[in-house]
Amino acid sequence: MAEFKQVSPDASNAEKLLNWVDNRFPLSKMYKEHLSEYYAPKNFNFFYFFGSLAILVLVIQITTGIFLVMHYKPDATVAFASVEYIMRDVPWGWLIRYMHSTGASAFFIVVYMHMFRGLIYGSYRKPRELVWIFGCAIFLCLMAEAFMGYLLPWGQMSYWGAQVIVNLFSAIPFVGPDLALLIRGDYVVGDATLNRFFSFHVIAVPLVLLGLVVAHIIALHEVGSNNPDGVEIKAQKGADGIPLDGIPFHPYYTVHDIMGVSVFLLVFTSIIFFAPELGGYFLEYNNFIPADPLKTPLHIAPVWYFTPFYSMLRATTDVMVNVLCIIAALSAAFVALKTALNSKGKLITVIGAAILIVLLKTFDAKFWGVVVMGGAVVLLFFLPWLDHSPVKSIRYRPTWHTWLYAVFVTFFMVLGYLGIQPPSEVGTLIAQLGTLYYFGFFLLMPWWTQLGEFKSVPERVTFVAH
Amino acid sequence: MKKLFLILTSTLALSISLLGAKSALANEGGIHWDKAPNNTTDLASLQHGAKLFVNYCLNCHSAAYMRYNRLRDIGLTEQQIKDNLLFTTDKIGDTMKSNIDSKQAKAWFGANPPDLTVIARSRSSHSGSGADYIYTYLRTYYRDPAKATGWNNLAYPNVAMPNVLWELQGARHPEYEKMEEHGEEVEVFKGWRQDSPGLMTTEEFDQSIGDLVNYLQWMAEPAQNTRVRVGVWVVIFLLLFTFIAWRLNAAYWKDIR
Repeated sequence: MAEFKQVSPDASNAEKLLNWVDNRFPLSKMYKEHLSEYYAPKNFNFFYFFGSLAILVLVIQITTGIFLVMHYKPDATVAFASVEYIMRDVPWGWLIRYMHSTGASAFFIVVYMHMFRGLIYGSYRKPRELVWIFGCAIFLCLMAEAFMGYLLPWGQMSYWGAQVIVNLFSAIPFVGPDLALLIRGDYVVGDATLNRFFSFHVIAVPLVLLGLVVAHIIALHEVGSNNPDGVEIKAQKGADGIPLDGIPFHPYYTVHDIMGVSVFLLVFTSIIFFAPELGGYFLEYNNFIPADPLKTPLHIAPVWYFTPFYSMLRATTDVMVNVLCIIAALSAAFVALKTALNSKGKLITVIGAAILIVLLKTFDAKFWGVVVMGGAVVLLFFLPWLDHSPVKSIRYRPTWHTWLYAVFVTFFMVLGYLGIQPPSEVGTLIAQLGTLYYFGFFLLMPWWTQLGEFKSVPERVTFVAH
Repeated sequence: MKKLFLILTSTLALSISLLGAKSALANEGGIHWDKAPNNTTDLASLQHGAKLFVNYCLNCHSAAYMRYNRLRDIGLTEQQIKDNLLFTTDKIGDTMKSNIDSKQAKAWFGANPPDLTVIARSRSSHSGSGADYIYTYLRTYYRDPAKATGWNNLAYPNVAMPNVLWELQGARHPEYEKMEEHGEEVEVFKGWRQDSPGLMTTEEFDQSIGDLVNYLQWMAEPAQNTRVRVGVWVVIFLLLFTFIAWRLNAAYWKDIR
């Protein structure tokens, strides 16, 4: 136990109070560790705004959510009406609702930017693997949270979107139909589904989400932030033990982030006040029609932030499964003939590939679509061990690596676009290419990230004074 | 870093332009929607629209999320609402519910008349706004003896709803022109032929439908004008605040070398 500290009798009341608290709770200690004496690299750029913005959006979602729950009714017969009641009869209800609906999309924009930052600067590399893994878990929770929240307005898109996604689970061999039944609580999406999704959306998932956010930040503050140069600032410390390139988070990054928050709010409020539907992307037009289990809409598409993964699901056709079989066979042949692996390893590889091909051909393509969609997210967790590049940041990698990342981002956006559109032959072909690229990009990382001429990484960060 | 930005933005711009070209081609089918004269701040137009709505639509359709007394927002007093717009036994604080029995409606028309509260929002698509659609739809009815109601519609072929506004518009039928397109003979919509006159001229009728659609647009989101008004102040405040935040940031960061 820490020693009981005394303050001089002449100290101000505020000092006495703080001392009283500090003897019972590590308030000053936490303030120092996480703010005033948390040293962050001084060369953060634009992409480093999105971490604090994600926290801001989380707080907006929780606060507006609390007020929405005061008026919303999770009952299939009145849910739609209660949302319109919020929009019309609750004072400033429309503002709270638009903040929440725009906040959902804003959350994904901010988080995608945040993940992209981590990707290009190697922020997932040793010793930040757990920061990255907690982050991936947050992303997964966020997807669950958004999916279940989207059912609550009980419009046509809410209803049929949920119907389509829950039905995906029924494609899982053996347990699928029972699992889908367990999720729905009924044979079709209905009142039972609405009630359990409401419960998960307002209690279960946010609770896990908050815990993960705390874990994410504690892990980050334990190892310290990465930076655009991928240089470990703790390697170069001054005589006082403070990293030479580090500056206290408070006040430098607090004022910096306030600026970021202000610009973000400009964009965010512009959407809320002037285009809350954002052309049907943030609030889908069809969702202003109450859910009707007897009328299937002509075209069902998830909200934009799910569409890259939804595209991968749709891309997994029978043809795609055959392509995957060929890829598995060729990879096994390559390992067996061209690598220096011992014969036992080669045998295991060939048998593994054979089993995979049998499984691919045994189960329905729809099931493999679900595997591909889930795999695309799960794969992210393994990124720290897939990347074998000798440098962290893209700045010191070969230029052609940059192109690989650019094509990756482009394909991700094209997949997102295709997921919104009705299926077409050309679209499916492009989506299949995009899916193969996405998986190739990550799964071949151990090989390609080591290739090429790497530039020399400086000892100190590059920083131009403002 | 700059290079990365350049590469990313250029590939992005390229892909967006390619996709844009594709979606322009995909946007075909259905008749072209006329542009509705949208002006939800025009109180006279909204009031006229509300009157038409109560007289012609509310018999079969409800607006079950819209309260009568909300009409004060378009410049009416409670007394005016009671005297001119409340025909049923409803109270001023009630929502606009039609008296039609849903079972009977289904028997008569083959479909339940949908609720119209948020109809203008729900009918938006990438071909135009919901208001544009309704504006087009209500003006493209024509006589069709093959239909049970005697009416058909260009914007919504084989619609269950009869032409309730026919007295105002009169009876019309569309005229087609045979044209050669890609070596095939196709019928192209040319214009309308008036068979019998209505109580209104075409211009008066279009004006009235414009008012009605304007009202539907307003009713779909009664807070929309407040929203924009508040938004202007919020954005002005944030612009000022961004400036202050920027200078504050600069004041602290000048020490960092």
